[in-house]
Amino acid sequence: MRPRIPRTLALILCMGTAQAAQAAQTTQTAQTAQAAQTTQSAQAPQTANAADPGMEQAPIAYVGGMPPVMDHMIYSHALLDEFEARADGHGGQFRYDGQAWFGTDYDKLWLKSEGTVGTDGRFGDGDHEALYDHAISRYFDVQSGVRVDLDNGPTRAWGAVGVEGLALYFFQLEATTYFSDRGAAARLQGSYDLLLTNRLILQPQVEMNVYSTNDRARGNGRGLSDIDTGLRLRYEWHRKIAPYLGVTYTSSFDQAASMARTRGRQVHALTVTAGLRLWF
Amino acid sequence: MIPHPPARQRALTRRRFVIGTALAGTAPWRATAQAASSMSSPPASGIPPARPDTRFDLAIGPVGVNVTGRPARGIGINGTTPAPILRWRQGDTVELRVTNQLAEPSSIHWHGIRLPSDMDGVPGLSFAGIPPGGHFTYQFRLHQSGTYWYHSHSGFQEQIGLYGALIVDPRAGYAQPFDREYVIVLSDWTDVDPAEIVSNLKFQSDYYNFRQRTVGTFVHDAARQGLGPAIADRLRWGAMNMAPTDISDVSGIIYTYLLNGQAPAANWTGLFRPGERVRLRVVNAASMTLFDVRIPGLTMQVVQADGNDVEPVPVDEFRIAPAETYDVIVTPTGPGPYTIFAQSEDRTGYARGTLATSPGQAGPIPPMDPRPLRTMADMGMAMPAMGNMPAPAAKKDDMPGMNMPDMDMGNMDMGNMKMDAPPTPKPAPTPSTLPPAPPLGVEMQNIAKMPANRLAEPGAGLEGNGRRVLTYADLRATIPGADPRPPTREITLRLTGNMQRFIWGFDGRKFSEAPPIRLRVGERVRFVLVNDTMMEHPIHLHGLWSELENGQGTFQPYKHTIIVKPGERLSYLVTADEPGLWAYHCHLLYHMEVGMFRTVVVA
Repeated sequence: MRPRIPRTLALILCMGTAQAAQAAQTTQTAQTAQAAQTTQSAQAPQTANAADPGMEQAPIAYVGGMPPVMDHMIYSHALLDEFEARADGHGGQFRYDGQAWFGTDYDKLWLKSEGTVGTDGRFGDGDHEALYDHAISRYFDVQSGVRVDLDNGPTRAWGAVGVEGLALYFFQLEATTYFSDRGAAARLQGSYDLLLTNRLILQPQVEMNVYSTNDRARGNGRGLSDIDTGLRLRYEWHRKIAPYLGVTYTSSFDQAASMARTRGRQVHALTVTAGLRLWF
Repeated sequence: MIPHPPARQRALTRRRFVIGTALAGTAPWRATAQAASSMSSPPASGIPPARPDTRFDLAIGPVGVNVTGRPARGIGINGTTPAPILRWRQGDTVELRVTNQLAEPSSIHWHGIRLPSDMDGVPGLSFAGIPPGGHFTYQFRLHQSGTYWYHSHSGFQEQIGLYGALIVDPRAGYAQPFDREYVIVLSDWTDVDPAEIVSNLKFQSDYYNFRQRTVGTFVHDAARQGLGPAIADRLRWGAMNMAPTDISDVSGIIYTYLLNGQAPAANWTGLFRPGERVRLRVVNAASMTLFDVRIPGLTMQVVQADGNDVEPVPVDEFRIAPAETYDVIVTPTGPGPYTIFAQSEDRTGYARGTLATSPGQAGPIPPMDPRPLRTMADMGMAMPAMGNMPAPAAKKDDMPGMNMPDMDMGNMDMGNMKMDAPPTPKPAPTPSTLPPAPPLGVEMQNIAKMPANRLAEPGAGLEGNGRRVLTYADLRATIPGADPRPPTREITLRLTGNMQRFIWGFDGRKFSEAPPIRLRVGERVRFVLVNDTMMEHPIHLHGLWSELENGQGTFQPYKHTIIVKPGERLSYLVTADEPGLWAYHCHLLYHMEVGMFRTVVVA
């Protein structure tokens, strides 16, 4: 692995100052020799020199301190994957699940938020995360930061570490573990876009939560606590605004299920849903 | 030799052209700039100025553009986009006084022109750019002749209109006589802000691709090829997280393809008289689009490539990448009209114009060809044929993608996926001489394990279409190369990227992460390029010629921009005879801007 941190710092300075250009150059000086071997390795029939040894390797100065291209721009986007009304025989619910990021190719601030307003009008399942995201492989990023469960229930705070990316066969995957003084937890989320046409897309999606201990106040049970899964058919009449219809199924398991029963809440719910997938 | 049409004809042509042709770039612009350059001519006419000149006043400024029916803002020169057609003469020293009337820095790069590096117009490398309200005077002597172009090298200004054609007349006269000439500038216009395009691609790299494979195409393939092969094919591509439909990053969904600044419906028209030899100077000034150009009913004699004369090659069609130029001569004997048809490589649209004997005529517009699909050869996993003879394999490959389902999964590492062909392993062209590829990673999605010589292949979507299509192997210079020395070393660069993350670079690194490429003054080197990605990249070296090693020996063509096909390995020779800092990059604008760029230091 290349040293990322110094380069990252250089990039934060970035945006066209001479110092940044120089700094980026300096941090790479160590790599220069190796780069010379890989990029300029010479099997020339005439000579077998790599980089010409007599050649000056000093960093070059850009006129006005201005790099000719800006390949370390900061981009930001937000995706509201679920923004939907759910209904079944017991009433209606509202749920959202979104992410936003801000940063460069390698380093981003990544925010996630989800929550459900239940049939009883209570805001539950409120999970909000602020993560530092770092690209580590072709398709995956490592994310670490904090999660706060903030809703009408008691508040909880967690440390979070996970990965997010594209598994093979274009499966979108998020796997995160959480730690706090109350124990550990894990969440697995996955989805897949099945293109019926180029604009009509069927998306199966699943989210599973696992906890190491019971949290009666929040209704989380030890072991597999709950899943939230859905099948949504969206129409991308614009990439950024796609209405959808679908069915979702939520269920509590094991100890969480018995907690739900005790409180008189639904253990399983099959709902029809309608919503919008939006990104900015 | 009649370099220009008789005055009578020219006047006729001119007069008729004034009527209602300038659709793009009829700008709400001040007279100051319009009066400024006397010897440039309206770009929308395609008619170059009759005589060369040496002094030009060029004012970069905002122009109003209306291509799509909605008014938009572009950037032009002297009130027009495309910018005026400039005509120079070999041996002259030209002076270009450029004023920047924008609110942002700007620049002009003289693409393909050999000049001192401080006149090359690349901010950061040649000079500091032209500040808002500022001036810069370019002055250099012209050693060469040919058809070239000029464009901004600042940000995304090229995408929104800052480009124009330029012609350098040869001192000794034209080797190929012609009676009439037109400039054909191809480009891609969108009302969408280029910064938004990049941002969207960073988030979702197939944002502009609405031609992906679907359940419907799966059912179709399964019905035709059987369920097993169709599934195997999907699994193969899925296992790589890649899509064979990945042809162009930005498509006709937002692009309108222009010919001399005019949308297809505006039908740019060039007039001719039957029997005339008409020279068409074709420039691809698009930001992201490779065009396949043909004129049904006419054979085109390719007489020049990238400004340098080549032995005439009769073709029906040629592919032209961003920044390339081709001069072709056509001799229409009938009255026509003849349609100039330039379809985008991904077949999501076309630019179109007409050659006619009188204005207002329109020839038939041919249907677009089937879109190409990427193949395993594009992944650098196939071995089309032995080094010098890739053409037969290219012919067999006439339905790219269609042979994919025939592939045997277990045979993947063998490379040759075509089951109807005997899987005789052939040596890849000198694989042992390639340095190891960088490991897969964030900026490295794929490695072409067996890159091939594809110079004799016309390119994706052009194989076996029944037409004579130009290939790089056809290009033969009319004069021997100026530097007979063999190269003293090789510089191997891999063209790399990660389509999913929309990161592009060389050797798995973006510009900002890599050291410059250093050449000694006077040194002769061989650049070896290996394309690890699934897309074509037109690679442009500023300031120095790239002599493509295409098998023509001492008559190998001099180019300034060279397409490297997916999975291809090619090489060219460079004589580093001009010191300074030079830009070296992919001429797909958004690839360059996200990192497919290097500084070449000649010192």
